[in-house]
Amino acid sequence: MSVKTPIYLDYSATTPVDKRVAEKMIPYLTEHFGNPASRSHAFGWTAEEAVENAREEVAKLVNADPREIVWTSGATESNNLAIKGAAHFYSGKGKHIVTMQTEHKAVIDPVRELERVGFESTFLSPEPNGLLDIEKFRAALRPDTVLASVMLVNNEIGVIQDIVAIGNICREQGIIFHVDAAQATGKVAIDLEQLPVDLMSFSAHKTYGPKGIGALYVRRKPRIRIEAQMHGGGHERGMRSGTLATHQIVGMGEAFRIAREEMALENVRIRRLRDKLLSGLQEIEEVYVNGDLDQRVPHNLNISFNFVEGESLIMAVKDIAVSSGSACTSASLEPSYVLRALGRSDELAHSSIRFSIGRFTTEEEIDFTVALMKDKIGKLRELSPLWEMYQDGIDLNSVQWAAH
Amino acid sequence: MAYSEKVLDHYENPRNVGSMDKSDPHVGTGMVGAPACGDVMKLQIKVGDDGIIQDAKFKTYGCGSAIASSSLVTEWIKGKTLDQVMEIKNSDIAEELALPPVKIHCSVLAEDAIRAAVADLKAKQSSAKVAA
Repeated sequence: MSVKTPIYLDYSATTPVDKRVAEKMIPYLTEHFGNPASRSHAFGWTAEEAVENAREEVAKLVNADPREIVWTSGATESNNLAIKGAAHFYSGKGKHIVTMQTEHKAVIDPVRELERVGFESTFLSPEPNGLLDIEKFRAALRPDTVLASVMLVNNEIGVIQDIVAIGNICREQGIIFHVDAAQATGKVAIDLEQLPVDLMSFSAHKTYGPKGIGALYVRRKPRIRIEAQMHGGGHERGMRSGTLATHQIVGMGEAFRIAREEMALENVRIRRLRDKLLSGLQEIEEVYVNGDLDQRVPHNLNISFNFVEGESLIMAVKDIAVSSGSACTSASLEPSYVLRALGRSDELAHSSIRFSIGRFTTEEEIDFTVALMKDKIGKLRELSPLWEMYQDGIDLNSVQWAAH
Repeated sequence: MAYSEKVLDHYENPRNVGSMDKSDPHVGTGMVGAPACGDVMKLQIKVGDDGIIQDAKFKTYGCGSAIASSSLVTEWIKGKTLDQVMEIKNSDIAEELALPPVKIHCSVLAEDAIRAAVADLKAKQSSAKVAA
């Protein structure tokens, strides 16, 4: 078996730019370098046309009107603009925000920031499968709730929230509904003409486009208003000032065009690879899938390996590029807050691995990964006193550990 | 996390992995740490009638530095007396493995494991004497 290591299985962190995308971008750096805001000459007109074509491609993937698409620097900026922008604009109606504990930090932190300027918030915990209980959501709403934000696809565990049900409740009660869809484009079908969503965040680099570009969908009917967070030349209908990055925008447009045309076939292939990876890993004892397996994109498989420690696990699997639920790679020793919110123990949260599969993953790479995991988990368990105790039938929860 | 070559060597080729019979009167067992803290070390020593450690085995649930620390001490304690191994300091282990400051606790745990194994053996021997 000949595969080149390390194998990239971290497509939820970022994706390579598709070659077709990169080729389309390059002329907009060198030849067609005009400022799309220059109205007085052909350089500007060419750039503006490219920007508007790309806007149309982004809109088409999610069945929106191109005039509902606002360019940003990425999903983090889109989330900030949506949450802070809408909360401030509609703050006369109320100052309460509802979201989830398992949101991306780019949603959690803007909400925390709003708390510092007088808003109140409710962070709902998910069910153990990662999904939001709709009745708990309904119960959390107050007369002064102005905004709700729930992501479509979770970045760590890949579960798909029921944004139709959540959005319908928001509609009934006149609450602005924002959805972070950074992890969703090209993976799940999005039809904003049908969906009860007011604001939706997108990123290019999770969908084979370049980093540094994203978009925010802002509904026109009924019209949703937001306060600009970036002030300046009044670009993007005043919602986001700053000279447009033509080449990045062209890249996002092309990436989203490819996603629209190829996602149906691509998802079938990826699901097959995921099923193969899952069945291979399930041959290992004491593994736990994190997050619902049905309400989930096939690109993500997040698994905890019991009785092995997270950091040594990451050391053992350096031939594959994956993310870990253990934050040992960063300064803190805190395990993933998403897995903790599902009710996973610290140990299981630490010993989790997020495998994310993408456009360029091959079957050979999946076979290699399964064989590698079986070998390494076996070796680490041979070293593990906890595994030995488990094999001897000792209930680890009954042991009095000397915490240190 | 950049590991020293010595840590990587012990991690890749851990020495003296295994278990001995806990009920053997010549075997002392030390288990330290807690799963929730991310480290559990089990160290076992087998002592001859001459009071010298003939064999040592370990199993460790923990990071690379924890595995290396416990692997290293099994090498160090073989052939030594109980009094000699009680003199091993965590700083000796940390220095030998060039552990970074955030991993010093791994060497502390390894030192604790030695002490726990020796204490277990001594308790066994004194209760055996009482019985005799």
